[in-house]
Amino acid sequence: MSRYFRAKVVSNLPLNKKSNLLTLRPLERAKNPEPGQFYMIEVGNSYDPLLKRPFSYFRKTSEDIQFLYAVRGKGTLLMKDFMEGEIINIIGPLGTGYPKPSRGYIAVLIGGGTGIASIFSLAERLTKNAYILHGAKCREELLAVNELKSLKGESFICTDDGSFGEKGTTVEILEEILTQNSRLKTQNLIYACGPRAMLEAVSKLAADKGIKGYFSLVEYMACGFGACLGCAVKTVHGYKRVCKEGPVFPIEEIVW
Amino acid sequence: MDLTVHIGNLKLKNPVMTASGTFGYGEEYSEFINLNRLGAIVVKGISLEPMEGNPPPRICETPCGMLNAIGLQNIGLKRFLGEKLPYLRKFNTKVIVNILGNTIRDYIRLAQALEDERVDGIELNVSCPNVKKGGIIFGTDKKMLGRLISGVRKSIKKTLLITKLFPNTSNIHEFAKIAEDSGSDAISLINTIPAMAIDIEIWRPKLANITGGLSGPAIRPVAVRMVWEASRAVKIPVIGIGGTMNSDDAIEFMLAGATAIQVGTANFLNPKSTVEIIDGIEKYLKKKGINNIVDIIGALCYA
Ligand SMILES: Cc1cc2nc3c(=O)[nH]c(=O)nc-3n(C[C@H](O)[C@H](O)[C@H](O)COP(=O)(O)O)c2cc1C
Ligand code: FES
Repeated sequence: MSRYFRAKVVSNLPLNKKSNLLTLRPLERAKNPEPGQFYMIEVGNSYDPLLKRPFSYFRKTSEDIQFLYAVRGKGTLLMKDFMEGEIINIIGPLGTGYPKPSRGYIAVLIGGGTGIASIFSLAERLTKNAYILHGAKCREELLAVNELKSLKGESFICTDDGSFGEKGTTVEILEEILTQNSRLKTQNLIYACGPRAMLEAVSKLAADKGIKGYFSLVEYMACGFGACLGCAVKTVHGYKRVCKEGPVFPIEEIVW
Repeated sequence: MDLTVHIGNLKLKNPVMTASGTFGYGEEYSEFINLNRLGAIVVKGISLEPMEGNPPPRICETPCGMLNAIGLQNIGLKRFLGEKLPYLRKFNTKVIVNILGNTIRDYIRLAQALEDERVDGIELNVSCPNVKKGGIIFGTDKKMLGRLISGVRKSIKKTLLITKLFPNTSNIHEFAKIAEDSGSDAISLINTIPAMAIDIEIWRPKLANITGGLSGPAIRPVAVRMVWEASRAVKIPVIGIGGTMNSDDAIEFMLAGATAIQVGTANFLNPKSTVEIIDGIEKYLKKKGINNIVDIIGALCYA
C-alpha cells in the first residue's frame, strides 16, 4: 500500500463563490487517514505550477476522500477545473494528526475558514460531546454548515459581519465557553486550525487561562513527506517539519 | 543491456543518483522506492556541528521551478554517523556524503571522519558558504577553490572526491579545470542558481532569507549548457544536475557530456522519479538499439 497513488475525481462541487468540495476515489488500495492528516494533491501535469499542494482531508467515506478548498492562487484555480473522471496523483495520508482528547476533558474545536476541513475530520470521530466552532468573514465564506449540524457536539457558527450565525469571532465564543466552563469546573482542551491571526489570539487566550490544546499549522511545502526541510516551524524544541512532526503541534510548543 | 558507469574508482550500477538536500538521508523515500535500485544516494549536506537552518518561509514556487533557502539545516557529523549512516549501509547502493564548512580545516575534518567510516564518496558543497560566520566564498574564488580541493585531497586516501560547482560564474570551464588539477575525481553541476521573488501585495520578499536558490525544470537549459562546457574542459567525469524530471532530461545531460546525473526537485513532485528515470533510460536505449550506456556520454553531434 503505497502512499503515492492515483485517484479519480468523483466530483468537484462549488460550495460558495470561493470554495469547492473535491471528492477523490483512490484507484489503488490506500491507507486510511487519521484526523488532522493531509494529502499532497497534484494540480496539473505541466511544470507550472510545479509543486503539489497540501490539503487536510475533510471526510473519509468508505470509498472516497473529500477535501474542502478555497481558490486562492494558481494551484487552486487549476483545481477548480478538475473534471469528473479525471485521474490525478496524490500522496498521503501524511503528517501527524490530532491526539485524542484525554479522559475527563471536553474538547473545543475551532475551524477558521477552510481550517474547518481539518477540524471536521476530528469532530466526526469524537465519541464524546464537544464544542465545535466555525467562523468566517461573511456568510459566503462559511463552509460545511449543514454537515456541522449533523455532528454530535454543540456547534457555533459566527461571521465577522453578522451575515450568518452570531456576529463576532470564534475567539470571542471560545472565551465565553472557557469562562463558563471554568465556573462549572469542566476541563477543556482546544483543537484549532485556521488563519494565523486566529491561532495567535487563541494561543494567548489559552495561555491566560492555562488551557492546553493543539493547533494544526499551515506552511509552504515542497514534498510533504519530510525530505526537503522547506516547511519548518519554530518550536521550543527548535525547527520542526510541519509535514512530518506536524501539522498538529501542542499550542505551548509553538514559537510565534 | 549495460547501464554501468564509472565515477573515479566507483562503479555505479546505473547513472542515476539523488541530489543532495532533496533526498533527506534516504529514509523518507524507502516507502516509495527500492533504494537498492539507485546508482548512488547523495545525502543532505553535513557540517561538523548541527545547523538549525533559516527561519520560514523557506521555499516558494516560481514558474517551472522553486526557490529554497533552507539554510543548510542538518544534524551534524556526529549524529549522521551514529543515526543515519548505519541505515544507508543496509542498501546495495553507493553512499556519497555532501559536506560543507566555513574553513578548509572544517572540510578536511569532515572528509577524514567520513573516510574513516568508509563512505563511498564525498561531494564538496562549495556553493553555500555562511559568510556571516567567517566562511570563505570557495565557489566563486578560483584560488580558494583550488586550495580547498587540494587540501581535502591530500588529507584523504582513496575515497572518491567530487566537487560540486557553483553556477554563478561566467567561466565554468575554468572552475572545472581547477577542480581537476587540484585532485578532484569528478565534478557535479549545477547547484541552485541564486534568485529572488517578491510578493507584490505586501511588498515583501517571498523568502524570509530574501534570496534563495532556484531549482527545477526552469534551470535545466542553463545546467545542460554548463555541463557541456565543463565536460569539454576536463577529462574527469561530470555529473549533470538541474531540473531533471524524467529520462529524456537525463539523456539530454548525458549527450551533453555527463557520465551520471542527479535528480533533485523532481523527487518532491514524484517520490518515484529516480526509478522511473532508470526504467526510462533503459527503454530509450532499447529503442535506439544501444547496448551500453557509455555510448551516449558526450555523443552530441554538431553537424
Ligand atoms: C530543498 C533543497 C535543498 C538543497 N540542499 C542542498 C545541500 O544541502 N547541498 C547541496 O550541495 N545542494 C543542495 N541543493 C541543490 C540540489 O542538490 C541541486 O543541485 C539543485 O536543486 C538542482 O537540481 P534540481 O533542479 O534537480 O533540483 C538543494 C536543493 C533543494 C531544492
Ligand atoms: S514539505 Fe518537505 S520536509 Fe516538509
